[in-house]
Amino acid sequence: MTGSEGLSARSAAALSDPLLPLADDSLVLSHRLGEWAGHAPVLEEELALANIALDLLGQARALYAELGEEDELAFLREERAFRNCQLAEQPGGDFAHTMVRQLYFSAWQELLYAQLAELGQPLAAKAVKESEYHRDHAEHWTLRLGDGTEESHARAQRAADSLWRFTGELFEPIAGPGPVGEVDWDALRTGWTERITRTFERATLTVPESPQEGAWKAGAGRQGIHTEPFGRMLAEMQHLHRSHPGASW
Amino acid sequence: MSGTDWPLWEVFVRSRRGLSHTHAGSLHAPDAEMALRNARDLYTRRSEGVSVWVVPSHEITASSPDEKDPFFGPAADKPYRHPTFYEVPEGVRNL
Amino acid sequence: MTSVLLGEGTQGSAEPVESVAAFDSAIAADERIEPRDWMPDDYRRTLVRQMAQHAHSEIIGMQPEANWITRAPSLRRKAILMAKVQDEAGHGLYLYSAAETLGTSREELLDKLHSGRQKYSSIFNYPTLTWADVGAIGWLVDGAAITNQVPLCRCSYGPYARAMIRICKEESFHQRQGFELLLALSRGTEAQHAMAQDSVDRWWWPSLMMFGPPDDESSHSARSMEWKIKRHSNDELRQRFVDICVPQAEALGLTLPDPGLRWNESRGHWDFGPIDWEEFKQVLQGNGPCNEERITRRRQAHEDGAWVRDAAAAYAAKHAARGRGKVQERTETAVDTAVSA
Repeated sequence: MTGSEGLSARSAAALSDPLLPLADDSLVLSHRLGEWAGHAPVLEEELALANIALDLLGQARALYAELGEEDELAFLREERAFRNCQLAEQPGGDFAHTMVRQLYFSAWQELLYAQLAELGQPLAAKAVKESEYHRDHAEHWTLRLGDGTEESHARAQRAADSLWRFTGELFEPIAGPGPVGEVDWDALRTGWTERITRTFERATLTVPESPQEGAWKAGAGRQGIHTEPFGRMLAEMQHLHRSHPGASW
Repeated sequence: MSGTDWPLWEVFVRSRRGLSHTHAGSLHAPDAEMALRNARDLYTRRSEGVSVWVVPSHEITASSPDEKDPFFGPAADKPYRHPTFYEVPEGVRNL
Repeated sequence: MTSVLLGEGTQGSAEPVESVAAFDSAIAADERIEPRDWMPDDYRRTLVRQMAQHAHSEIIGMQPEANWITRAPSLRRKAILMAKVQDEAGHGLYLYSAAETLGTSREELLDKLHSGRQKYSSIFNYPTLTWADVGAIGWLVDGAAITNQVPLCRCSYGPYARAMIRICKEESFHQRQGFELLLALSRGTEAQHAMAQDSVDRWWWPSLMMFGPPDDESSHSARSMEWKIKRHSNDELRQRFVDICVPQAEALGLTLPDPGLRWNESRGHWDFGPIDWEEFKQVLQGNGPCNEERITRRRQAHEDGAWVRDAAAAYAAKHAARGRGKVQERTETAVDTAVSA
């Protein structure tokens, strides 16, 4: 596996586990939300964004702990060994980008974890409640931005359009043993599309008609193919840990 | 500076079932739905509550401090409303 | 917007003589003053200034620590740091709310912060250069803040005292996590130990300055103590802090950068060297290493957020009339579920 030298045998074994992409999604989006700390649009929203970030980080840590050693998996893999979807790694942009990213992601995560909970994945029952709240928060903001002022409407529509091409990947089946392998991805896509369409209608936004994924055959995040900003994100996230090999913190 | 100052809301939190909601503090929000969510994020992040109420601050009617005496004074001279007012002979139980 | 819960900023409503007497006797009896009680103008002004400065310090204080959220070296530390910075936003919020009970809006206070008319604790004008600084801020800066703040839980102004009780409860983890972080570094590799020592060397003196100028030069202290807004003098609290820190530094295996530190048997306290008050004044006046950045960043965040706040206000105005009862019923159920989750 490219970019995973230096992992213990246990963590290395996790690289093909179907739970790893889900853990990576949560970690990477949590990190992106953490970038807002100190400059949210209003103090109340500092609290909200941090709560979502902390929930996601908690999900990632719980999953990593199942799979291997959390810090090895977070800090010692290179870009190509990360399995998160490209949506999660997109830079925050303005507040509209952050909220639409959250809406796309959490609406999907809620439906996915609801299925996983039914399929008996033990961590999913807690996570589904969290993602329901995240989706609800993002939905409320989408309504307010979409149906707020002319400027906020334009920004929300721009965010909806520019992030659209990262949504197709969310429904690409993740193969492997266990509950993740049994997920009904078509039902997930249908449920998600309904939800987003309904929210956008209420928010007076238009559901984009452009393709939901890029044309590159190499694939996307689930294949370890990421967008350029992700490498810089990892460089920042990992540099301190990697500067002191073997140290504990 | 934006001219749209969000209104102030008072937050009441029920810390657990069986207890009443008590005043926790206040916050700003554009509307009731967001106020409720902001209250949840701010005042219950350490599991301090199981239920939250929000009320626009300007909707609360309160007694004025100027009315302190006529409002609350008259209750002070009615000790017979309290059980400790009554003497009961020693040894009498369940009273 | 003020409510009947809040003071209206009206002074001397009833007969002043009776009001003054009521205020004085409440203070003397260690009772709390509440928002709608009569209070002297200076008492109100002092409180607003102090609560505002305190609130500003919380939100400006988010910056030096948030500086390390994206670089935290373990996921455990990342979670702790995010939760801590979040708490600071919450504390700022509690304090702005307390100040609002005296009829001063948050918008007004933020405006004063952004235009430099109100100050924040000058400690936050120092940079966080290494990861160890996150630990030093927790141990020393939060430690100093707690020493200052615990007595404020008994402050004579009710809303301020109540905010401080909540804050102090939440802060207790802040100092501990800083100590624990430094301990891990101190007991770690040589490079980690050096990082911790360097950080303590840089933060020690600025932390001592957090208690404010010496008592004989502190302009507001005496009256604040008379009014029981403040319970102990600057020098008293500073001494208490030094006495607490010396044994803790030893436990950390780190030294404090003061050759003048020695135990004074007769005083029963640690003596310490002279503080560079010139540096303090300079930083306070805007010549600290980060004054400009901190306030620019804050102002920027506020300006960048203006369209978001406007959007929500516009939406609220549009939807104010529509099916309110129904929506609220639904929302309450959702939040009840989310909260108990």
